[in-house]
Amino acid sequence: MSMPFYVSPEQSMRDKADYARKGIARGRSCVALKYAGGILMVAPNPSSALHKISELYDRIAFAAVGRYNEYENLRKAGVTYADITGYQFDRRDVTARGIANWYAQTLGTIFTESNKPFEVEIVVAEIGRQATDDQIYRITFDGSVSDEPGFVAFGGQADQVSAVLKERYRDSLSLAEAFAAALAALAAPSNGEQRPDVVAAQLEVAVLDRARDHRTFRRIRAARLEELIGEVRAAEQKAAEQKAAEQAAEQKAAEAAEAAEAAEAADSPEETPADASAPDEPADPAGAAPPIGPDAADSDRGSGQGNGDQTPPSPL
Amino acid sequence: MGSYLDGSQPAPFGRADGDSRLRGAGGPGSKPSAGFMDRQGSSFADFLAAYSPGLLPGRTPVPGIPAGDGQVLRDLPHATTIVAAACEHGVVLAGDRRATSGSMISKRDVDKVFRSDEYSAIGYSGTGSLGMDVIRAFQVELEHYEKMEGRPLSLEGKANRLAWMIRGNLPAAMQGFIVVPLFVGYDEDADRGRIFSYDPLGGPYEEHRFYSIGSGSVFARGSLKKLYADDMPVRDAVLACVQALYDAADDDSATGGPDLTRRIFPVIATVTADGYRRLSEAESEDYAEQVVQARMSEPDGPSAPLRAAG
Repeated sequence: MSMPFYVSPEQSMRDKADYARKGIARGRSCVALKYAGGILMVAPNPSSALHKISELYDRIAFAAVGRYNEYENLRKAGVTYADITGYQFDRRDVTARGIANWYAQTLGTIFTESNKPFEVEIVVAEIGRQATDDQIYRITFDGSVSDEPGFVAFGGQADQVSAVLKERYRDSLSLAEAFAAALAALAAPSNGEQRPDVVAAQLEVAVLDRARDHRTFRRIRAARLEELIGEVRAAEQKAAEQKAAEQAAEQKAAEAAEAAEAAEAADSPEETPADASAPDEPADPAGAAPPIGPDAADSDRGSGQGNGDQTPPSPL
Repeated sequence: MGSYLDGSQPAPFGRADGDSRLRGAGGPGSKPSAGFMDRQGSSFADFLAAYSPGLLPGRTPVPGIPAGDGQVLRDLPHATTIVAAACEHGVVLAGDRRATSGSMISKRDVDKVFRSDEYSAIGYSGTGSLGMDVIRAFQVELEHYEKMEGRPLSLEGKANRLAWMIRGNLPAAMQGFIVVPLFVGYDEDADRGRIFSYDPLGGPYEEHRFYSIGSGSVFARGSLKKLYADDMPVRDAVLACVQALYDAADDDSATGGPDLTRRIFPVIATVTADGYRRLSEAESEDYAEQVVQARMSEPDGPSAPLRAAG
C-alpha cells in the first residue's frame, strides 16, 4: 500500500465541490414557485416513471436534480423520516423545516466524510394554511440550506433560469400564469436555442394544492397538462397580439402627431389638418404595412434574381 | 465508500445504538444504525421492525398478565360493532359509536371507521387502544408503500399486509388483547367493492356481499341478510347498514344506537371509484333519522317477504 500524498482540507473540499458542481451542471434545471393556490414544481423530464418531483408528506413535496440513484435514495430517506415522525407524533408535526434540516445534516456528512460527494441539489417545499406560510427550502450537495422567497430554480443553468423567473414572478400568480413563468424560465438557457418545443411528454409537473385536504400533492399530467400548456399558449398569443396592437397604436399615434405637426407647420390658423389626419387613421395600418411590403419586395427582388421558386417581385 | 454507506451517519432521534432488534441495548460489537438511507424494501412496518420494533403495535410484550385474567382486560375500552356491505361499484362501511368497559359505557362518540387510503377503508372492534395503533400503523404502511414505489398496493396486497400486521399482535392477542379489523376497498380492475375479514391472528378471509364484526355482529348480520340485495345503489346500502346497526343496538348492550338527544350518529364511509368518502354529520344524521322515524311505527324495522316472489 502506498502512502497517499498530503492533500490539504481546503484543496480536498474544493475538489469535491467542483466535482459535485460539474455533475449537477450537466443536468437540466428544475423550478419551484408559489402561486395563489399552492406551490408549483416543473422539471424537464423525458421519463414518466423516474420522477424528479415527488410527494414527501401531506403538505410537503420533494424535487431534485442530479444523479438519479443518489436523489432517489435521499427521497426514500425523506419519506421514511416524514412517515416515522408523523407516526410517532402527529401528522402536523412533520414540517419541511425538519426534513430540510435532516437533509442538510445528511448531505453535509456525506460531503465531508466520503470521497465522492452526492451530485444532487434538492428542494423541499411545504404549503401552509395561508399563502404566507408556504416555504421553499433548497439544499445543495454540501448540505447548505437556504430558505427561498417565492421561487427557486436549481440544477444545470440555474442562474439563467432564475433570472427569467425573477422577472416573471410576483405574488399570487394563477396556476396558468405560474406555469407560463416556469416554462419561460426553463426555455431560456444560455446555449442558443431560445425555445425548445414544450411537449407534455417532456415535462414533469406537480403541485401542492391548498384546496385539497389530507394529501395535497398532485401530479399534473396527460390531458390536464395539455390543457394547461394550451392555456399558456393562448395567453401568450393574446399577449403578443395585444403588444402588437399597442405598438401599432403607438406608431399610429406618433405618425398622427407627426402629420398634425407637419400640417400645423404648413398652415397654422386652420384646425382642419388635424381633422384631415383623423380620417387617415383607420387607413393607417394599411399605410403602415407598405413600409414593410416594399422592403420585403426589395429583398425578394434582391434574392429573387437567382431563386426561381421565390415569388416574383410584385410590380408596385 | 463513504461512512454513510456502512451506516455510521448519525440517526435521528438520538438512536446510535446497535442491533436494532435490541433497542437500547447497544452492546459491544453492535453495528451502528444506517439511519434512513439506503432503504431497500418499501414496507414501513418492516422498516420499523428493524429500526425500532417497540413502535410497532402489539410488539411490546405485556408483562405479568397471565392469559385469561379477565378483570384488567374487561376494564379496557372495547370497540364494538362494524358492518360492511358491497354496493353498486363500491362498498359501504359503517360503525356504531359506542366503546364499553365491561358492562359500562366508556365512550359514546368513538370513531371506529377510518380511511386507510384513497381507495380503502378500515374499521375495527376489540381493544380500543391497540386497535387505534394497528390502524395508524396500517395507514402509514399503505401510504409509505405508495410513496416509495410511486404506485399504490393492489387491494389484495393491502388485505394481506393487514393480515401480517394483525399477526404481529400475536403475543398481545394470546393474553386477550384482541383486535379484529374489517377491511373494505374498491377493486379498480373488477369495478366493485370487496370486503375482507380477519380473526385475531390474521387472515384475510374475503367476504361476499356483506359482513359484520364485533359484539353486535350476529344481530347486524341477521338484519343485513334480510335487507341486502345485490348491486344496491350506494344510498340503499348505506340505509341497510344503518338499519343493521340499529338492530344490533336493539339486541346487544355493547352496541350504541343513534343518539338523538346528543346528536351522535353512526360513522359511515363509502369507497367507490371516486375514492374514500366519509359521510358528513348531516348526512349520517339524515339516514339515522329515517331509520328511527320508521321504527316509531315498526319497532322491528322493515320485514322481508316470507315467501320468495314468483
